[in-house]
Amino acid sequence: MVDFSYTVWILLIPLIMFVVVGLFGNRFKPLVSGIAGTAGLFVMWILSLITAYKYFFVLEKAADGSFQKLLAFNMRWLNLTDTLHIDMGVLLDPISIMMLIVITTVSFMVHVYSIGYMDGEKGFMRFFATLSLFSFSMLGLVVATNLFQMYIFWELVGVSSYLLIGFYYTRDSAVAASKKAFIVTRFADLGFLIGILMLSFSTGTFDFLTLTGANSPAFSSGTGILFLGLSTMTWSMIFIFMGGAGKSAMFPLHIWLPDAMEGPTPVSALIHAATMVVAGVYLVARLFPIYIFAAPVALDVVMYVGAFSSIFAAIIACTQFDIKRVLAYSTMSQIGMMMFALGVSGYGGHEGLGYMASMFHLFTHAFFKSLLFLGAGAIIHAVHTNVMNEMGGLRKYLPITHATFLIACLAIAGIPPLSGFFSKDEILAAGHDKSMLLYIVESIVSGLTAFYMFRLYFSIFWGKETHYHHTPHEASKTMTIPLMLLAVGALLAGLIPFSMFVSSDRMPFHSHIEMGIAIPAVLVGLIGIFTAMLFYRKETSLPDKIYNALGGFSKAAFHKFYIDEVYLFITKKIIFNYISRPIAWFDRHIVDGAMNGIAYVTNETSEGIKRFQSGQLQHYALVFVSGVILFTLLFTYLLTN
Amino acid sequence: MLTVILILLPLAISLILLTIREERVIRQFALAGSLAVFGVAVAAFIQYKTCSHCNLLFTADWLSTLGVSLKFGMDGISLLMVMLTTFLVPVIILSSFNHSYSRPSAFYSLIFLMEMALIGVFTSFDGLIFYIFWELALIPAWFICAVWGGKDRIRITFKFFIYTFVGSLFMLVALIYLYFLTPLPHSFDFQWLYAATLTPVEQTWIFAAFFLAFAIKIPVFPLHTWQPDTYTTAPGTGSMLLAGIMLKMGIYGMIRWMIPVCHIAVKQYAPVAIILAITGIVYASVIAIRQNDMKRLVAYSSIAHVGLIAAGVFTLTLHSLEGAVIQMVSHGINIVGLFVVIDAIEKRTNTRNISDLGGIALKAPRLAIVFMIILLGSIALPLTNGFIGEFLLLLGLFEYSVVFAAIAGLTIIFSAVYMLWMYQRTMLGRTNAITEQISDLTRIEMAALIPVVIMIFWIGLFPGMFLDVTLPDVLQIIHFTK
Repeated sequence: MVDFSYTVWILLIPLIMFVVVGLFGNRFKPLVSGIAGTAGLFVMWILSLITAYKYFFVLEKAADGSFQKLLAFNMRWLNLTDTLHIDMGVLLDPISIMMLIVITTVSFMVHVYSIGYMDGEKGFMRFFATLSLFSFSMLGLVVATNLFQMYIFWELVGVSSYLLIGFYYTRDSAVAASKKAFIVTRFADLGFLIGILMLSFSTGTFDFLTLTGANSPAFSSGTGILFLGLSTMTWSMIFIFMGGAGKSAMFPLHIWLPDAMEGPTPVSALIHAATMVVAGVYLVARLFPIYIFAAPVALDVVMYVGAFSSIFAAIIACTQFDIKRVLAYSTMSQIGMMMFALGVSGYGGHEGLGYMASMFHLFTHAFFKSLLFLGAGAIIHAVHTNVMNEMGGLRKYLPITHATFLIACLAIAGIPPLSGFFSKDEILAAGHDKSMLLYIVESIVSGLTAFYMFRLYFSIFWGKETHYHHTPHEASKTMTIPLMLLAVGALLAGLIPFSMFVSSDRMPFHSHIEMGIAIPAVLVGLIGIFTAMLFYRKETSLPDKIYNALGGFSKAAFHKFYIDEVYLFITKKIIFNYISRPIAWFDRHIVDGAMNGIAYVTNETSEGIKRFQSGQLQHYALVFVSGVILFTLLFTYLLTN
Repeated sequence: MLTVILILLPLAISLILLTIREERVIRQFALAGSLAVFGVAVAAFIQYKTCSHCNLLFTADWLSTLGVSLKFGMDGISLLMVMLTTFLVPVIILSSFNHSYSRPSAFYSLIFLMEMALIGVFTSFDGLIFYIFWELALIPAWFICAVWGGKDRIRITFKFFIYTFVGSLFMLVALIYLYFLTPLPHSFDFQWLYAATLTPVEQTWIFAAFFLAFAIKIPVFPLHTWQPDTYTTAPGTGSMLLAGIMLKMGIYGMIRWMIPVCHIAVKQYAPVAIILAITGIVYASVIAIRQNDMKRLVAYSSIAHVGLIAAGVFTLTLHSLEGAVIQMVSHGINIVGLFVVIDAIEKRTNTRNISDLGGIALKAPRLAIVFMIILLGSIALPLTNGFIGEFLLLLGLFEYSVVFAAIAGLTIIFSAVYMLWMYQRTMLGRTNAITEQISDLTRIEMAALIPVVIMIFWIGLFPGMFLDVTLPDVLQIIHFTK
């Protein structure tokens, strides 16, 4: 038996870092906290790699040839009753190990990058302390052994995200964005909590091993019809998915993600591209056996929400000018594809292709999307603007950023042999097996992805050269080295035979590229790239013409289909003005007034009857109560004798 | 014996304080005294733990012909409430050092009188003694608010007094009626009261009277209208005593005897009470969103939070009752922390209006961090103290009815909305003329707030320690309802 109990240190290191840097960081130079945080992450990264190696290559497989699920560490946190208890621990299985790799790798790169990027910022120490808190929460989430632990860390991730989005707390837009992110996800988390309560109430457990095991109580309980013809189990899984949709910015709970770009760019790369936003996908994958066997309707919901979000976001991404916002909508779109892949998946072997594809895409996406964000950070650092119209011709000034950004764009556009090609191909193949219509939708999304990414690429690095105040120059080594390393990941991550490691039933299987899917997908990608090149490589009036030709539609897309306005209308106008204000008035005048009225009537009556002229109700009340007590005592005394 | 010392020591301190003239000495003595009381409470806790739930009983005859005896003791629930009280009083006294009160000897003397009355309420095992302390607690609370309070204090404290007094009268009547239903020879001893045989109709009437008394104290919608005004106009110290400790008397009373004595009526009317409490949660939360005065906002948020506790109590499920007890402790700690922070801000800026403030974090980072931690506790972030209680209450409500749990669960969102809004508008953003020169927390304020922060994490990280103390007693209460 291979010992994995050390994995708990992967969690404890960032926690210790957080406490130590948070409490004592200001006694040292700011740089110390940055280096300490980075060193801690380096150790965690090595530990994760060792764990992955030991798990996949050293540890013997289960009797049926599948990868084991093992509890590397477990601790009873709270005994609620004899049967219901809450544990904290570390669960190792292929997807949690994959997440460990993704999180520690990207986080390590982001830490190194941030030492350069955040240099000289006020609050440098606070930044690294909060990043450690985030790493702790996120890792605690992925290794959770039970739903309750997952919920706890899920909320902690939300708070770290809140603190990091609002890092520039003197800027009103950042503060508003952080609050919005917290409240929207908290709204989703209420659904998550209700889902957890429903699920644990029908099954009597929070434990993942029991819930997703072969004889799960989830398969047999909660089958009664609850509401709208759907079973309790289905509703609970839909509610749980609501939590996932909130964190993963699925329509219609996506509104916080574009605003979250107010945070520092490394944060966007880590949290809002590679790790936290995929927590929802991870959640569905974690509970996948329940979805597929006990709540297929809920899985359909996942599929439709994923598919719709992916096309919705892709369309908006084509119309935005802020580079970080384009990337944010792109993230939403890609996560939609991952959700879609889970939604179309079956269970076991090739049936479970969608599951594998989703996890594969999560894995590759983490590399190229964090690379895109960090590249965007380097660009913003150099030209001091987020808006792509104010850029152009940067390829001469930022050669490394340019090269790595191009690699990431090709990867996300699905051009072979870059990583995105492989994972996206599997998603389309899985979609093709399930529904022709949705397959076409996802193919369009792929084309749009290639288009908007290269629109970005050409506008920034080609096109007309803007007059810059200072000549832009390449960032320092601490920023470019992570870019180059991530670019290696974006190039090669797709070559990993992913299905040999991660699959719906943890049984390795061979998946191969189907030419019938791959060729059209690549063609669509090339069309997207070619169109973007036509439009944006040299300045033409073509994009404006098309934009105008589409009229209302393109205007609506530019305004993000007015979803924010709808929310604003509901929250500000309706709740604030038409509910909250009248209730406050009602409370002051009607409820309180009625109570005062009762007191007034009582007072008047008593004065009328008694002609008691002291005029002080309180005096009267005292007399009254003394009377009651005396009378009672006297009465009792007489009675007992 | 420790139980009696716990009651007599604050009384002694209270009397001694009246004889001291110099303000500095009064303060030092008050702080030392409150810490001594806390020390005794810790000793009682240790004794309770070592003698394996022996209840630390003390009995002495008094008016034995009437069946009234001086019977004091502590089970796990009492013990936690006493710990809360004695923990918070030093915090409250420390925070009061920010102000120079007129007639300080009377002021601090009243605080200890109130502490004595509260400990009396939580430790008496006799109905009439309970009632006497219950009423006694009102007097210092009323004086503190009426003498040292803010604008319009006479009218508002008068309302507060009448409200709670009317409730108490109903309780007294019910208590006396109940007394005559106890087995012969009649007694006010809790065990006897529990043993009273009541017809369903009698249960309903006694329930109604008790409910009114306790619901006003908590307060439960729609009997809450004294609360926001009183909290707002009371001096900081008064608000802390009222919100942190005194309202817990109501919930404590419900658990301690309303449920055991009239459990049939409790079960019968539980849906009504729960609906009222849940209405209060949503109603108060929605109003809290609109508030501009920080104290008022916290006052309404408190109605929402205790509404959840009250709703949970009426489900009579093990989880909810466990949650209610731990949430009483957490709510007390968090709301006192919030009031201390608000008091510190008001002291520096002379305003509590959210719209006048902003950017304080820039000038006073320690204040901002502490405020954030307390705020996270009160919006029930996991691993802070607010979480486990709220979760258990919702779990119990869920077992009772999914719909109730879903509506009550809205508090999770609402609390985040108004609390973060307040934080955003006061702490974040840019400074203005008012907050330009604001200074960070002083040593004394830190001394008051650090224990609060420690407790937020302690309860949050190790809730099991606190839940275990009360589990046998909560099971006992539930046993009565079977």
